[in-house]
Amino acid sequence: MNALRSAWRAIGAAIAFIVNGRVFKPAVFILCALPLVLVGYEFAQVLTGRNPDALGADPSKALLEELGEKGLTILLATLTVTPIRRLFNVNRIQRVRRMLGVWSFSYIAIHLSAYLVFDQACYSAATCDYHAIWQDVLKRPYIFMGTVGFVILLALAITSTQGWTRRLKKNWARLHSLVYVAALAGIIHFIWIQKSGVSRPLPWIIWLAVVLGIRLYYASRKRLAAPRSPVTA
Amino acid sequence: MTKLAGTSGRRYNVSMLIKIRTSADLPYSEVTPEHIYRSRRDFMKTAAAGAVGVLAGSVIGGNPDALEAAQLAALPAAKKSAFVTDPAIDPLNTFEQITSYNNYYEFGTGKGDPLRNAGRLTTKPWTVKVDGLVGKPGNYGVEDLVDFKQLEERVYRHRCVERWSMVIPYIGVPLSAVLAKVQPQPRAKFVSFETLVRPSEMNGLGSAGLQWPYVEGLRMDEAMHPLTLMAVGLYGKVLPNQNGAPLRVHIPWKYGFKSGKSIVRISLTETMPATTWAVQNSNEYGFYANVNPTVDHPRWSQAREKRLPGLFYDRETKMFNGYGDQVASLYAGMDLRKFY
Repeated sequence: MNALRSAWRAIGAAIAFIVNGRVFKPAVFILCALPLVLVGYEFAQVLTGRNPDALGADPSKALLEELGEKGLTILLATLTVTPIRRLFNVNRIQRVRRMLGVWSFSYIAIHLSAYLVFDQACYSAATCDYHAIWQDVLKRPYIFMGTVGFVILLALAITSTQGWTRRLKKNWARLHSLVYVAALAGIIHFIWIQKSGVSRPLPWIIWLAVVLGIRLYYASRKRLAAPRSPVTA
Repeated sequence: MTKLAGTSGRRYNVSMLIKIRTSADLPYSEVTPEHIYRSRRDFMKTAAAGAVGVLAGSVIGGNPDALEAAQLAALPAAKKSAFVTDPAIDPLNTFEQITSYNNYYEFGTGKGDPLRNAGRLTTKPWTVKVDGLVGKPGNYGVEDLVDFKQLEERVYRHRCVERWSMVIPYIGVPLSAVLAKVQPQPRAKFVSFETLVRPSEMNGLGSAGLQWPYVEGLRMDEAMHPLTLMAVGLYGKVLPNQNGAPLRVHIPWKYGFKSGKSIVRISLTETMPATTWAVQNSNEYGFYANVNPTVDHPRWSQAREKRLPGLFYDRETKMFNGYGDQVASLYAGMDLRKFY
């Protein structure tokens, strides 16, 4: 038991060391940018014909999937910030939360753009069939679910500035708790694209379950400790 | 054509859609040295890039396993076939595209998984169990079922139910010639194909969400149709493992999942076999699975397709994948919305 406790403390100390370092925020920024730069570079290689196989036999699908998966990964990283802060008492980790959230929105926005350009041929006004896209959103549950996730992330990205935080006061936290709905929508979207099984989205499913579990644990403790104070999870 | 149940009397005009090659044309197995040479070069490059890619944390790099593909055994010379596509409309996909982008869930559900993981599959010795309504049931070797002196090279369009397509130079014999060797009984109405299940060499069996073994099947007249191919090779060489070595069927007018790989059992039956995808999700996948632009998959429209390595769904899907002149008569009077 003692060994476990000291191991826990060592992990906490290591996390604090990383988080309190001066390079932490720029390092997280670079980590977030890296997959986009890489896949962008590889896709450029395909488009220019310099290396047509850089993204495999189906480059537009590889691009679409990479953007979606990394967007979901960063979204879940955003949700992991607060649990780590609470579990290890590393308050300064909080300073990367907004940046992570905006990065995940950026990936999902480019993911949606790639869908519109390649799946719906919206590379020019003449080829873009808005009615067909709307029909797709209504008819195909996985596209509907992806759209729900994107609309939520859009609202959260717009209201992520300090001005909006001040203006919305208590409602800001309420609005931004929708990020869990966005993550859930993203994961359901991912599950519903699978032809069979859930082996591919499984890591993200487990991740969301763990993060949600920790949040619910803290929320229930708060409720027990101070039943009259409002819950702002 | 061999005279068998449900097929006698049908005639097929292959020249209407398919370009008949003249004797001046060389089979791909003779001109492939260039292709093989080039694909080898590409593999070397890809493998090198892949090594760099791993170091740089690249998303999708090449794979050194692809080098093994260059060491595939060559097949005996294949006959020229009338069944080739017009290269102006349907140019061949490269060896690398065909062998690096596969659906073979026994080796993982990712398109690149089979290339990575199928290398450990041993295909020698190989036994195919033939049973059911046949005159000569038993265990056969590949050479017992496929006459390697009669190999033909055919260039087929391959249309996946996921909306992508490729053009592939398969080598094999008509399935009818294989079935003739085992003497189907007149009562046989269906044939089913089972894929190998070998946990020691297949890493994807636990996570694919499908029931094993993978079973696909055809109506007897579909199986005896001259377009239905029992393939043992592509691009002049034996099939790479990820493409279904050592023998697989290919039915070019049906979605790709109908074309079972690495076959270990062929059964002839009176009743329709329960096929894997139809069992897994009967709303989305039926027994017939004919390529049909007017019947949507519930999750996507089948009206258009993406010809790899293209970026857009800019080809209109053709009824029966463009083989309608030859196969539409098999389905005369059938409601293909109901029998999808």
